[in-house]
Amino acid sequence: MASSVETAIRAFIVENFLFGDESYKLTGETSLIDNDLIDSTGILELVTFLEERFSIRIADADIVPANLDSIARIDAFVNAKLGESAAA
Amino acid sequence: MCGIAGYCGQGVDPEEAEALLHRMTGAIAHRGPDDAGIHVGKNAGLGHRRLSVVGIADGHQPMASVDGGLCISFNGEIFNHIELRKALAAKGHVFKTTSDTEVILHLYQEIGADCVTQLNGDFAFALWDAPRRRMMLARDRMGVRPLFHSWHQGTFYFASEVKALLTVPGITAEIDPIALDQIFTLWAPIAPRTMFKGIAELPPAHLMLVEGGQTTIRPYWKLEFPDRGDLGTTRPQEDIAAELRDLLEDATRIRLRADVPVGSYLSGELDSSLISALAAPLVPAGLRTFSVTFDGAEYDEGPFQRMMAEHLGTRHSAVACHADDIAESFPQVVRHMERPVLRTAPAPLYLLANLVREQGFKVVLTGEGADEIFAGYDLFREARLRRFCARQPTSSIRPTLFRKLYPYLPGLAQQTPAYLAAFFDVEPEALGDPLYSHHPRMRNTAAAKMFFSAELRETLGAYDAAEELAAGLPEAFSRWDPLHQAQYIETSFLLPGYILSSQGDRVAMASGVEGRFPFLDHRLVEFAARIPPNMKLNGLREKHILKKAAKDLVPASIIARDKQPYRAPESQSFLGSQAPSYVSECLSPAAIRQAGLFNAPLVEKLVQKGQRRPMAGFRDNAAFVGILSTQLWVDSFARKPASGHLKQTAA
Repeated sequence: MASSVETAIRAFIVENFLFGDESYKLTGETSLIDNDLIDSTGILELVTFLEERFSIRIADADIVPANLDSIARIDAFVNAKLGESAAA
Repeated sequence: MCGIAGYCGQGVDPEEAEALLHRMTGAIAHRGPDDAGIHVGKNAGLGHRRLSVVGIADGHQPMASVDGGLCISFNGEIFNHIELRKALAAKGHVFKTTSDTEVILHLYQEIGADCVTQLNGDFAFALWDAPRRRMMLARDRMGVRPLFHSWHQGTFYFASEVKALLTVPGITAEIDPIALDQIFTLWAPIAPRTMFKGIAELPPAHLMLVEGGQTTIRPYWKLEFPDRGDLGTTRPQEDIAAELRDLLEDATRIRLRADVPVGSYLSGELDSSLISALAAPLVPAGLRTFSVTFDGAEYDEGPFQRMMAEHLGTRHSAVACHADDIAESFPQVVRHMERPVLRTAPAPLYLLANLVREQGFKVVLTGEGADEIFAGYDLFREARLRRFCARQPTSSIRPTLFRKLYPYLPGLAQQTPAYLAAFFDVEPEALGDPLYSHHPRMRNTAAAKMFFSAELRETLGAYDAAEELAAGLPEAFSRWDPLHQAQYIETSFLLPGYILSSQGDRVAMASGVEGRFPFLDHRLVEFAARIPPNMKLNGLREKHILKKAAKDLVPASIIARDKQPYRAPESQSFLGSQAPSYVSECLSPAAIRQAGLFNAPLVEKLVQKGQRRPMAGFRDNAAFVGILSTQLWVDSFARKPASGHLKQTAA
């Protein structure tokens, strides 16, 4: 069962990088870079979306493929961030 | 500079021949507003529209030899016609005109089809050899002047532009889907392929003989580089820079030969500044310069243009290009280019040529070509940097240099090394790929294919444009230095396929303006190819040797400025509240479905995304401009294709 975070991330990617193409096989592990779904401007769009949607701050050093290159990675990253702010 | 058209074969009724030739040349009247002529022979015809530049009073075309055996229709200029004429006269040839056209006739009589090897110029011509019943077509080395041809029912037709061929009964505009795929990968079709199925382009530096219903096509010149490690020369840099300057000066001098005044484009960059500086002292009446300016500092180079014009004391005129000018002119621009494009950059050049014409000029020098032959493009620096990173793929420092490479791309400034390395494909495994230098560009461009319709995808199947490009590379390519490999691809492919056509001949000739390109003088091209790679791209400093050669001619502030690639506002030109109505009509789901090339719901989302906020990314902008220009192309040339047309036309 997808979390609400994951659902929101998926919806953003489908709308902005796939232009609503629901037929695209976008799994949690699909690499956004290797499949040319995202370019350098797209990363910034993604970061802006995550900051606004989840009220988190993403440090420059966190903008790396290890955190943001698939829905699963973004989901884990955002949840960790939300956990940090809840704990703070 | 002119437009040519004609045919050979038995398919044209002699009674219809004149009307056909008038129709064909009428379609390209913009190329030659000063004069028109036709010649009808037995089973062959030539037509001509003339822009009078050399031999104004006696250069009427088509032009026949004294004995009437040869007849030529010629578009272009032979810059060394004076030297050739002298040499031919010494051999006893008697000239009846002062035009460069007649020189080709005599040279052909002297040495036959190989006469093209003697020509220094920008040309496309057709020469009918009546005694041999042979039509010869030829095109200049770099691909400045266009030439298209097609067979229809056993008869061979040719013309400067496709629109002239489309006036031939039975020749119709049908899209070649492979060409569209090539444009959406490489920015241009791979010659001889064109956007029009069944209509081919004669590749640059090739000649074609049509005889007895058979054609032979062969290259008469090739761009070649020394093997990797062969420095070619041990001469000091200063010597090479001096020779470069002498050659460029001569290339500029012979390109000022004309019976009408010659002006110069001034972009504010080193290349056109240098050409203008070399030309200025050779124009006693004072050099006229022309440029285009933009509203935003992101694109505008006006201050540098004015600085250079003041430095040289030229009388300068600029046309201001606003976003709505791009949108207003774009349908006309597509009609002239006859192919879709992924950028709007041709539109401002169309407006610039219009300004030149309004100011009473029909010939201009430009700085085009320097970035290819002296390694000025960012792509060359990017490729070198990618190789540097690939040698140490775990380095987190090396990829940060990419930010320096593209200071004008805001998206890159904030990226971490890990993302930079991913975007620029620095994987060491790819180093051996012949197209390594072009990977990021091809990849970013091809991402726009996500908007292709299911029908188009099915038609294309597993076709790979990059594979076709790689398969056509010369055998020696693998032995060249990586910089030379990248230069070869740019010079022999993108230069003729996009820069000299969509941004060059087609938009200038729309206003009857002829561009002349001193950097593309083949003597200079050959000389530059032999200059060691590090003298061209010194570390990451582009055009190093050219800057040395320019140092007493161009102000230091222009030589030292960061390179600003020529760009124009892209999708935002078409998405404001003032956008012309054709934009929404062309991109409407109904129009997209009717053309059948793109996925209508996805295109709708793309348009909405651009309406919400200006598109910043390359992929989105390239897709938008590519889709719009393709729709305009369909509208102009291939209206209302039948359902399922793609399957029928699959190559």
